[in-house]
Amino acid sequence: MQHFLTTESLSKDQLIAILDTAESFTNVDERTVKKVPLLRGKTIVNLFFEASTRTRTTFELAAKRLSADVLNINIGASATVKGESLLDTLRNLEAMNVDMFIIRHQDSGAAEFISKHISPGISVINAGDGRHAHPTQAMLDMFTIRKIKQDFETLKIAIVGDILHSRVARSQIHALKTLGAKEVRVIGPRTLLPARVDTLGVQAFHNMENGLKDVDVIMMLRLQKERMQGGLLPSEHEYFKLFGLTQERLALAANDATVMHPGPINRSVEISSDVADGPQSVILDQVSYGIAVRMAIMSILAGSE
Amino acid sequence: MKIEIKDAHIIDPSIGINEICNLYIQDHNIAAIKDPPEGWNADHTIDAQAHYLIPGIVDIATRLREPGQEHKATIESETRAAVSAGITSVVCQPDTNPVVNTPAEVELILQKNNSANHCHVYVIGALTQNLSGNILTEMAALKEAGVVGVSNCHQPLANNLVLRRAMEYASGQELTLFIHPIDHALSGQGCIHEGMTATRMGLTGIPNAAETAAVGAILALIEQTNVRVHFCRISTQRSLQLLERAKFDGAPISADMCAHQLFFSDQDIKSFDSNYHVIPPFRSQVDVIGLRKRLSNELISSICSDHQPHDADSKLAPFPSTEPGISSLETLLPLVLRLVHDEVITLSMAISLLTYKPAQLLNINAGSLAAGMPADICIFNPDLEWELTHANIVSHGKNTPFLNQTFKGKVTHTLVNGKIVYQT
Repeated sequence: MQHFLTTESLSKDQLIAILDTAESFTNVDERTVKKVPLLRGKTIVNLFFEASTRTRTTFELAAKRLSADVLNINIGASATVKGESLLDTLRNLEAMNVDMFIIRHQDSGAAEFISKHISPGISVINAGDGRHAHPTQAMLDMFTIRKIKQDFETLKIAIVGDILHSRVARSQIHALKTLGAKEVRVIGPRTLLPARVDTLGVQAFHNMENGLKDVDVIMMLRLQKERMQGGLLPSEHEYFKLFGLTQERLALAANDATVMHPGPINRSVEISSDVADGPQSVILDQVSYGIAVRMAIMSILAGSE
Repeated sequence: MKIEIKDAHIIDPSIGINEICNLYIQDHNIAAIKDPPEGWNADHTIDAQAHYLIPGIVDIATRLREPGQEHKATIESETRAAVSAGITSVVCQPDTNPVVNTPAEVELILQKNNSANHCHVYVIGALTQNLSGNILTEMAALKEAGVVGVSNCHQPLANNLVLRRAMEYASGQELTLFIHPIDHALSGQGCIHEGMTATRMGLTGIPNAAETAAVGAILALIEQTNVRVHFCRISTQRSLQLLERAKFDGAPISADMCAHQLFFSDQDIKSFDSNYHVIPPFRSQVDVIGLRKRLSNELISSICSDHQPHDADSKLAPFPSTEPGISSLETLLPLVLRLVHDEVITLSMAISLLTYKPAQLLNINAGSLAAGMPADICIFNPDLEWELTHANIVSHGKNTPFLNQTFKGKVTHTLVNGKIVYQT
């Protein structure tokens, strides 16, 4: 594997190899010296064209625990405003002898585009491209599910919220299907489900109660505030009323159902506080597993050179 | 100058000919077919044995990029590409920079073409000033300058009232309206057909309704005004059904399709290859089949190239940030021949849609081999296989999803006004 761009093209063995490798890194942060020397001497650039705190930080931490040198570059829209093309920006950074790029960009397909135009030998990790993919988030979600549920084959899983705009949901769906999940459902208002979502191999529900029935894992998505514009939703209030995850609704799922969320959470918009902070929530575990999973992906890419 | 083209398989649906015979050219015009004019003595002979000879192709939608975007292409480069593909008349669209607002831009384009001297160039003028959708252009002046119609290209009109006024005013000047049916609110920031590929790739979709809703609204205004309208680049089956019904009911309308829409659906977009970024987008397989099925319908007056050459940089970005459009002059005839090969349409219908039907739509003196017509001629070898490569594309635009595909049928000679402007 030279690049890590999407979960879609990966085999079950490849996904499991990532999860297994991540497992071996989970104890690194329990050591006194929280470092392994796997990427010593390597330079990794966090190239973020879109604002991010959480993802960038966990990538940075993961790279540092692998002993790599890390450079954070937040470009925002500034370079493109100056008229520099994405490719020019990349060429400039490439000239600094970088080994790996971790890229977030607002355009779907940006990571694939960059991987096709980058010098051979440099790896690209997709940290989110438009609405297309956010594969490291999906892998840490898979890691979290496997930790708790062990086996994917028996699981009914519901992804709830703004599927249309969610790169996380797309990557989760591909990974879950490949790992053999029994049933994947998507739940949301029609305005936030993409056209022909069934072709992704999922079942669509527009009613939260029906969709949550008997599921083993509930994966919530963040609702962006700007969705109220353009007639996608009337209000946060009504969204919470229809699709907010509350204790009553959680009770419709399987008894030991797990609640997940990629963060940052909007309390009382997509999830109530008692559920988010409750015993079935693994939201904070997801964050700490995120470091191990990203270490795993980086070391696998570095090892394939 | 007298040219004799010998033993060609001549096909011209406009005069009902489909046989192997000779064609005679005297100076700029066609003198005779089959039997030579009296006392004939050729100065030059072309042996066209085992070749087809058809009227020069009329392409109603070509971006030449000049004035204003010479870094993409020029009138010289693109008309040279046109004749290499058997196209002898092209129609320049008004979305140049500056926009074709006034006779000045029309004259500039025609003058530039005079010096390029490859093929005929016709111009469609802007419907509204700077295509901004509010104020009408001086259409009488444009008409006098020689435009063959008016269009707002892909730019929106302020509202249906402006559209109604524009339709009425243009018809008063006897100018054909070329309308791209797009509901801009529904198409939004979309860059791909709203369907399974958009969903999988996380790209913003353009629903079929962005086209059909616009077709519906325009048809309602045609019913109100009885103005003649040509619908450009239809991409959905449902639009065609609506248009066919309206035509059956007597609406004075016609429509065209561009060749590449008949070959790709959204499912052919496997990766984020920006060469597949085109507006209207490649639709569903159902639409492609529906479009193919309706090609021979009376409604359809042209298969065009919708040629949009780009410089490399315009396509070197993530898919949604690239410019839409395909460089397609040189695949127009080969693709239409593929349709014939696939038995989608007859060869005779294919030639009609490339020659006399579009000429009729534009009301220009072209698309026919009748004696006395300008000798605009395309001769091609129907059996020659060739590969479209970056190196052999004549156009400055190398942006095409057909790159490295093999085609059957290659133009060997092109004549414009009786002059050989291209030969292999």
